[in-house]
Amino acid sequence: MIIVDNISKSFNSTQVLKDISIRFEEGKTNLIIGRSGSGKTVLVKCIIGLHEVDQGSIFYHDRNLVTMDLKERQSLRREMGKLFQGSALFDSLTVEENIKFPLDMFTTMTEKEKVNRVNFCLERVSLNDVNHLFPAELSGGMQKRVAIARAIVQNPKYLFCDEPNSGLDPITAIVIDNLISDITHEYNMTTVINTHDMNSVMEIGEKVVFIHDGKKAWEGTRDDILNTSHEALNDFVFASNLAKKIKEKM
Amino acid sequence: MKFLESVGQYFLLMGRMLSRPEKTKIYYRQVFIEIEKLGINSIGIVIIISIFMGAVITLQTRYNLENPLIPLYLIGLTARDTMLLEFSSTIVGLILAGKVGSNIASEIGHMRITEQIDALEIMGVNSASYLVLPKMLAAIIFNPILTLISMFVGILGGWAASIVTGALSSSDYIYGIQYWFIPFYITYSLVKTVVFAIIITTVPAFFGYYVKGGALEVGRSSTKGVVTSSVLILLFNVILTQLLLA
Repeated sequence: MIIVDNISKSFNSTQVLKDISIRFEEGKTNLIIGRSGSGKTVLVKCIIGLHEVDQGSIFYHDRNLVTMDLKERQSLRREMGKLFQGSALFDSLTVEENIKFPLDMFTTMTEKEKVNRVNFCLERVSLNDVNHLFPAELSGGMQKRVAIARAIVQNPKYLFCDEPNSGLDPITAIVIDNLISDITHEYNMTTVINTHDMNSVMEIGEKVVFIHDGKKAWEGTRDDILNTSHEALNDFVFASNLAKKIKEKM
Repeated sequence: MKFLESVGQYFLLMGRMLSRPEKTKIYYRQVFIEIEKLGINSIGIVIIISIFMGAVITLQTRYNLENPLIPLYLIGLTARDTMLLEFSSTIVGLILAGKVGSNIASEIGHMRITEQIDALEIMGVNSASYLVLPKMLAAIIFNPILTLISMFVGILGGWAASIVTGALSSSDYIYGIQYWFIPFYITYSLVKTVVFAIIITTVPAFFGYYVKGGALEVGRSSTKGVVTSSVLILLFNVILTQLLLA
């Protein structure tokens, strides 16, 4: 469980996050949605400590990230996995070396144990025979899967995903969404997904938070979204002509 | 103000870089990888440049030495001391600042804009230490070897030029390079090389590490890294010369 308590963040004179409080549930896929520039990426970066907040607290169970020093943060981050928008795989390492990297760095496992763990994670994301390929030799969807495998290799308690299906075709996007959802339930992780893809919201959004102009404007489930009277959320959810037609028929 | 901010940011990065590594074994491996990337792969360019530098110093000294009272073996001495004192450390340092510096700034800059550095941080890895420290150690270990290679090859280039052009005899040149040899010149040159190695690796790394934007900014950071490290090499060349030779 992660509790975000009254956090604010400004860059120079622009306030990007305004007094946001959210509770991200354990064992659930928590989605942060909002328009581009609404502040959701900054929010996630604040939650994982890549940006310092101006005020407020961020609790990982009972540990406050805001008051931690660098060493404590590094220790906490070993309990996190993150799937980046562009996958962020290390170009100079093979798929196997990419996934093995956190194990090399932080465990005392033998080489055989590490390779077994890598193969287990690759199988979990339905990839085979790619161990010795470099990221540049993989498709976008495969890169995302490798990035998921790397994110879960250390059995993280917290999983963060930034636009997990951007740049993917709709079918691959659903596969990635379901994979994240399955892994979340399987390992009882607290998963926070930052997206503006409504397909993802409807597919896996167990808890949805809508960020608008740097504020938390709405919170609910994917079922609540379809029946909300929140104007800004309706504008966002039913932005496309197809969605508008569906809503008219509802 | 911006300059002071950058200086402060540079020293903060150095502070983070020098903190205790997560796993020393991984860092050892990285040092050897960087020695190959930054050092061994630079041997070719260092040899080519040093041969020509040695040859040109010899020929220019010969053509400007018209006084018959000055013995020709002094040309060998001039070539040796110029290579030892200045060219093998400073000029090779400047060339490495261009080759290695741009490589480091663009590599780390690319990692920054593609979020690979963020990925390291999220894993709990001290990215400053993991990315910069092995490069700096590799350069500190291997650049003195490059300097020694440059000294040897440069003096050899001068000898070859004197033979091929007939500027002076082989015996004069060989006598000249042995004449009044001061071993401290090599120590002086190697001390400079170690300081330059720190500049060549950490300054471009700093520009790459804090780059913001896209490919264009990575290119700019690479240029800034090379220019700044080149200027710092020249500045520290003066400071170290005054400290060590005065």
